[in-house]
Amino acid sequence: MIYFDNSATTMPDQSVLETFIKASTRFFANPSSLHYPGMEAERFLEKARGQIAALCRVPAREIIFTSGGTESNNLAIKGTAHFYKSRGRHIVTTAMEHPSVFEACRDLEKEGFDVTYVKPRANGVIETADIQQAITNETILVSVMHVNNEIGTVQPIEEIGRMLKTYPQTLFHVDAVQGFGKVPLDLNKSGIHLMSVSGHKLHGLKGTGFLYKQSGVQLAPLLSGGGQESGFRSGTEQTAGAAALAKAARLILETDIDSIQHITRRIYNGLTSRLNFVVHTPINQAAPHILNVSLPGAKGEVLVHALEKEGIIVSTTSACSSKQTKPSRTLQSMNVNSDLAASAIRISLSSHNTMQEAEQFIEALDRIIPALAKKRNERT
Amino acid sequence: MERIYLDHAATSPVHPKAGEAMLAVLTETYGNPSSIHSFGRDSRRIVDEARTIIAKTINAGFNDVIFTGSGTEADNMAIFGAARSKKSGHIITSAVEHHAVLHACEALQKDGFDVTYLPVNEEGLVSVSDVQEALRNDTILVSIMYGNNETGAIQPINDIGRLLADHPALFHVDAVQAYGILPIDVKELNVDFLAVSGHKINGPKGIGVLFVKPGTPFAPILYGGEQERKRRAGTENTAAIAGVAAAAEIAENTREERAARYTEMKQLFMDTLAQNGASFSSNGKVEQSLPHVLNLFFPGTDVEAFLVNLDMAGIAASSGSACTAGSIEPSHVLTAMFGADSEKLRSSIRFSFGLNNTKEQIEQAALKTAEIAKRLL
Repeated sequence: MIYFDNSATTMPDQSVLETFIKASTRFFANPSSLHYPGMEAERFLEKARGQIAALCRVPAREIIFTSGGTESNNLAIKGTAHFYKSRGRHIVTTAMEHPSVFEACRDLEKEGFDVTYVKPRANGVIETADIQQAITNETILVSVMHVNNEIGTVQPIEEIGRMLKTYPQTLFHVDAVQGFGKVPLDLNKSGIHLMSVSGHKLHGLKGTGFLYKQSGVQLAPLLSGGGQESGFRSGTEQTAGAAALAKAARLILETDIDSIQHITRRIYNGLTSRLNFVVHTPINQAAPHILNVSLPGAKGEVLVHALEKEGIIVSTTSACSSKQTKPSRTLQSMNVNSDLAASAIRISLSSHNTMQEAEQFIEALDRIIPALAKKRNERT
Repeated sequence: MERIYLDHAATSPVHPKAGEAMLAVLTETYGNPSSIHSFGRDSRRIVDEARTIIAKTINAGFNDVIFTGSGTEADNMAIFGAARSKKSGHIITSAVEHHAVLHACEALQKDGFDVTYLPVNEEGLVSVSDVQEALRNDTILVSIMYGNNETGAIQPINDIGRLLADHPALFHVDAVQAYGILPIDVKELNVDFLAVSGHKINGPKGIGVLFVKPGTPFAPILYGGEQERKRRAGTENTAAIAGVAAAAEIAENTREERAARYTEMKQLFMDTLAQNGASFSSNGKVEQSLPHVLNLFFPGTDVEAFLVNLDMAGIAASSGSACTAGSIEPSHVLTAMFGADSEKLRSSIRFSFGLNNTKEQIEQAALKTAEIAKRLL
């Protein structure tokens, strides 16, 4: 089985699992408890927080553990909107964000906030100037994803961050769920106030994630209760999950990204030289692990299932919207025509993949595509 | 020195079978349940099976069970969900609820909702007639916990449910402490929402369950993908979901046996204390409390010194809920029962029993507790 759907989710790393299991049994106590096992659990939790903070080169108090990328994104966006609404009620984001940003913004619109959805240029890249143009006196938040989950575009986060420094009333949130550990991003240089990361995209566990929140930035919490995570996120801390996340974050940052890029390039060359794929991913401005392509005339779903029969797992679009028959919002925002968008498939790699798998994938397509074309011709 | 863990109401160890179920998912069924390929479909099956198991334990329909990130999130979803689907109105809750309910209600007060916090009697019980009197035409939600996390007091949920049958207000029950130890039938109880937490029933942390009666107006907290029928966005935590289902199934199958065992432990603990000359009384009526929770007042002692001494003796107990324990502030539950000036606020300890406790441990813990109680006088 060849698993090329690592943007949907990844297989947990063996050593991450070991950390998780060890911590689950040894540090099961409630970190808020005052007794010895409770304090041990708390120390362990804080160690995990410190490790993540060190990897991001920020103070430990700026890391908030959450239940995942969706919660991090919701907390950043709604938390900012609700806390700073007296400052203004305008948010700038892009038309190609993950649903957890997009839908949170849509919900804020119902509450009376104004949201501008900046469109990318045809190559899927958001221009800093377009963001700047959207900003008004009322803008309290700009939210731009680092790496697009469907096509892999890397957005000019540092440039946008530099531009935003001249707008002190505007906070900057970055959804780094797909980019973390794959494309370098310096929190200290990019003017980012809030950044979301998810564990299960890094060979960590589902149900784990964190939000980086710069000190001084305030948020109205989504969850009220025991006041854990400095009051920003109530609920008993998932100690073992936090430790697993710290481990996964360290491992992903140690990963040899270049070798993933080589494999992606090999696939790219195979798809474009012999096979007639249209590539939606702007290959020179994209993350090393995502390729989004269309084979004109072949429905994406048909290709996905044909590949699956060969033991190769890819996807049509993001998993979060893969049940919908609607064409990809990201491709639409890039003005890709709807037939071509309906043909799109996403190939997403991780350090667990090999060059040999890339070769097998191309060979499989060599077999599948003529067969699919034949079937189509027989029908017409 | 053997360490004895008597703080199962704060959190509990993962049952080995729940751990196994989780590990199997983590290593073998790691696909995203929303993916259409076979990895995704296998994961979807895990989630569906878990949902079926949980639904069965409370006599709910398959679609009426939502997996959340915690008990706190489940409580918040019920309260915020009910309130935000109505925009304004009146909410009734009690002064002894968990902070996941109380602080959610306080947040709603800032948004203009009117909240009544019902008092309790000295046994920690809400009176049904108080609920009835507090009900108004614009009451949109009543939120009362099933079993109290600090004293174990079991509230008259059945009667409140019956009362509300003739009123449009929604009924939320925080069953985080009661689930797995008391029988729960959401249809019989006439509830619209019911919250459960994984790590209180020997399941993992980071997972909760919310029952929502079909047709109940609802607004989500998390927006994004269409998971959990659009009621809770975010990639499903499949391993924790499998873990909580395994724990729930074990809890349900052993419920009566464990309830009897913990009740005996409670009695044994108190008997041993008495035999060894400790002076104490129980906060709340032991006969009307959760089998695994015992809250005792030791006159003349100081709670902080008491806990430190217990801890040094290897016994993990608590002054109240773990969520407020970070600093020893007087318990809001005991304050509601006895008033802010009561000596009981400064001299009470919660012991909560669980899976791995043995009779010998209980006797030994009681013996040491009696010694400490006498020494601290």
